[in-house]
Amino acid sequence: MMAVKLASIFFTMILVDNYVLVKFLGICPFLGVSKKLDSAVGMSLAVTFVMVLATAATWPIQMFLLTPEGSEGTSRDMGYLQTIVFILIIAILVQLLENFLKKFIPALYKSLGVYLPLITTNCTILGVTILNIDNGYDFIESVVCAAGAGLGFLLAMVLFSGVRRRVEEAVTPKCFEGLPITLVSAAITSLSFMGFGGIVESIFHV
Amino acid sequence: MSKNSKLSILTNGILKENPSLRLVLGTCPTLAVTTMAANGIGMGLAATFVLLCSNVAISALRKIIPDQVRIPCYITLIAGFVSVVQMIVKAYVPDLDKALGVYLPLIVVNCIILGRAEMFANKNTVIDSALDGIGMGLGFTLTLTIMGSIREILGSGTWMSGLGSLIPALGSDFAIRVIPESIDSFSLMTSAPGGFFMFGVMMAGATWLTSRPKKNKPAAAEEGGAE
Repeated sequence: MMAVKLASIFFTMILVDNYVLVKFLGICPFLGVSKKLDSAVGMSLAVTFVMVLATAATWPIQMFLLTPEGSEGTSRDMGYLQTIVFILIIAILVQLLENFLKKFIPALYKSLGVYLPLITTNCTILGVTILNIDNGYDFIESVVCAAGAGLGFLLAMVLFSGVRRRVEEAVTPKCFEGLPITLVSAAITSLSFMGFGGIVESIFHV
Repeated sequence: MSKNSKLSILTNGILKENPSLRLVLGTCPTLAVTTMAANGIGMGLAATFVLLCSNVAISALRKIIPDQVRIPCYITLIAGFVSVVQMIVKAYVPDLDKALGVYLPLIVVNCIILGRAEMFANKNTVIDSALDGIGMGLGFTLTLTIMGSIREILGSGTWMSGLGSLIPALGSDFAIRVIPESIDSFSLMTSAPGGFFMFGVMMAGATWLTSRPKKNKPAAAEEGGAE
């Protein structure tokens, strides 16, 4: 039963509630980095990694430090610090990861290097950590949800970089050149993801 | 002359450097909350408040904050102001808090705020930065409202529904019906693809407005003068 629930969360995050195309989180990297396939993949992998790590770090802090059990309404309830604490944790994690990769896995650092600092201000990371708390997921569910969200981001980036290569070559009206036509084609890509609505419920019967 | 340049800082954000349509900053909230015009207004005002406060604070502290650690400092300052907004919205307009959901705390990572801090506030005086914050915020609010209006009218046939939660005097079920209920609404407009599409079309519109051939300019100025 547990496995079914986890699988349904995982696939919902990838297909139905895709963060980029359905929930509009992380649009900036989606538009900025999706021009080339390899940079799209690099960025998405970095995002997925930080997302899982950030979720694993923020969930215990929220549950045991900010809003420990039975603290609701008392002076120990520090839920209002959530935004500040989470963004600081993410910023620190990204910095740590950068230093760690630089020292121990220089090859990976070189390929991800440019994207790492950008991740701090990527709204998918802060979004997924806050949404996990809001949805009341437990620790394992949160981590699975974060992994699904990251892979969903990867899927959207990879698909869209393919779409975009075609769009760049097309002749468009002058004022639509560049980003506007990219957004219109994102609308069509997003339309295709609407077709996944309900698929997870019917596969896993939840 | 000096007054003129102050005015141009203020109006810069509205069309010429409109944060969402021309600088392409803060795209996530632009797309996500504009299913209703009232949400757009709420989000725009919240972001304007944060932008104004952070621009003033960062510009006042620009000589104190060391250059190497400026980004973490900015983010901490911004997160503080966002928490203030969150608490105010939760206390006074709980409906808006529900409608904006996770996008309210996400103002922290809205690139408009950090972008203006980096591009403007850390190089300019407090007053100029405040004006820039107000101008950019108004431009953002205006874009969100227009986009929200178009999507709401086409998508659900009403306009400004939910405004009652911002202005209690209007009553909670305030809405202006633009398209009669007997006509099926184009509900795709309020879902994700409609957002992308509308944003693309509006961006093309803004590009067209700002890059029209120069010969139209004197004519437009004359018209303005005659009025």
